Amino acid sequence: MNVTIVDYNSGNISSVINSFREVAKDKVNIEVTSDLNKIKSSDKVVLPGQGSFKSCVDALNKIDGLVDTLSEFAINNKKPLLGICVGLQMFADIGYEEVETKGLGWISGKVSKIDNQGGKFKLPHIGWNEINIKKESKIFKGIENNSHMYFVHSYEFVPEDKSVISATTDYSTDVVCAAEKENIFGTQFHPEKSDKSGLKIIDNFINL
Amino acid sequence: MLKNRIIPCLDVKNGRVVKGINFVDLQDAGDPVEQAKIYSDGGADEICFLDITASNENRDTIYEVVERTSKKCFVPLTVGGGVRSVDDINKLLNCGADKVSINTAAVQNPEVVIESSKKFGSQCIVVAIDAKKNGDKWEIFTHGGRNNTGIDAIEFAKKMEDSGAGELLVTSMDRDGTQVGYDIELMSKISSQVNIPVIASGGVGNLDHLVDGIKLGNASAVLAASIFHYGKHSVKEAKEYLDSKGIPVRI
Repeated sequence: MNVTIVDYNSGNISSVINSFREVAKDKVNIEVTSDLNKIKSSDKVVLPGQGSFKSCVDALNKIDGLVDTLSEFAINNKKPLLGICVGLQMFADIGYEEVETKGLGWISGKVSKIDNQGGKFKLPHIGWNEINIKKESKIFKGIENNSHMYFVHSYEFVPEDKSVISATTDYSTDVVCAAEKENIFGTQFHPEKSDKSGLKIIDNFINL
Repeated sequence: MLKNRIIPCLDVKNGRVVKGINFVDLQDAGDPVEQAKIYSDGGADEICFLDITASNENRDTIYEVVERTSKKCFVPLTVGGGVRSVDDINKLLNCGADKVSINTAAVQNPEVVIESSKKFGSQCIVVAIDAKKNGDKWEIFTHGGRNNTGIDAIEFAKKMEDSGAGELLVTSMDRDGTQVGYDIELMSKISSQVNIPVIASGGVGNLDHLVDGIKLGNASAVLAASIFHYGKHSVKEAKEYLDSKGIPVRI
């Protein structure tokens, strides 16, 4: 099996690579590439993302044909794709970080700044927080409700259809921290930095 | 609910741990990777390496250490010490650091903070503020605490937030190494003036100091070095103690 981590200059992805390789060991081949043919032929794709919504969308668009290839993979061919952090956020139609920016539009919704109640809650939301699992998910197999995951973000994904929400976390409000629509999975937290629970999620995704 | 973080810090010189945990079962007590792994297995919420390598020719040793650590530890790794340029930051991130802490360079050339937070995102830019009390204010020191810049620490903290820092690592130079506790006044002043998380550092001698840093200093995270060395306290003990005092921690 081939799992491809999309390398599109979205910032620091070495931790994502290390964690997937740790979990995959020799059983699964982890590719790190932006090569369209390699993405097309892989079994699963991981879409990381760090920095701002706009910088990640811009970086995706900079690589000719990448957005179309990813859409074909996830939307037409319905193969499993995992978005992490801004990788999840980009599923939305639109994001409001820096300037209004169009997202991939795979899951209807928007990405807006966490309401921190006028400064009562510090932003970014950095650190370990519990996830409240909202629906059964294959990537949460073996993960207890209220497990701790590592977060770093100031913006949140607000989907239109609430049934796609697979987990939330409590920070000022109920922040969406995992979404799932058929074969498309996303986590706002960083499984690659969430110790054993995070590695378990990665393992679940690899074994889908 | 967001948990307060406990961050053990290891001083690394020429690729070796300077102090560190002195357990008998360690194969190589000087190996930063092995020590970091003990911390992360023990429940550390993050690991911090402070590179105190003095000579330029040995500076590359930290990259190899970070690279090896990031393949073994799956909690956030912050690396600081001697970070001068956007290129240095890029190299550390590529080796597997999750955050880079910038001290002297942030004071001498705030552009580094602006540029790097734009390029890599605020989430990986930590500005380390070394401050010392002078009368009724605190002044910024650079070069590992040797140079007094006369810059007001509170004003500087606000400026760094505006420049794109994602977190502030605040060390009291008066308290560092004394084991008498954090400078609570400094921590709470800075924490109340900025909207980004503050990590308290410098002066921890016992577990109550960690409690004070969070409860009185309003720090989001507490960093400590020596209390975790030589097995005086484990990270697990520290967490259980904080938990017993009603502080939310990840256990």
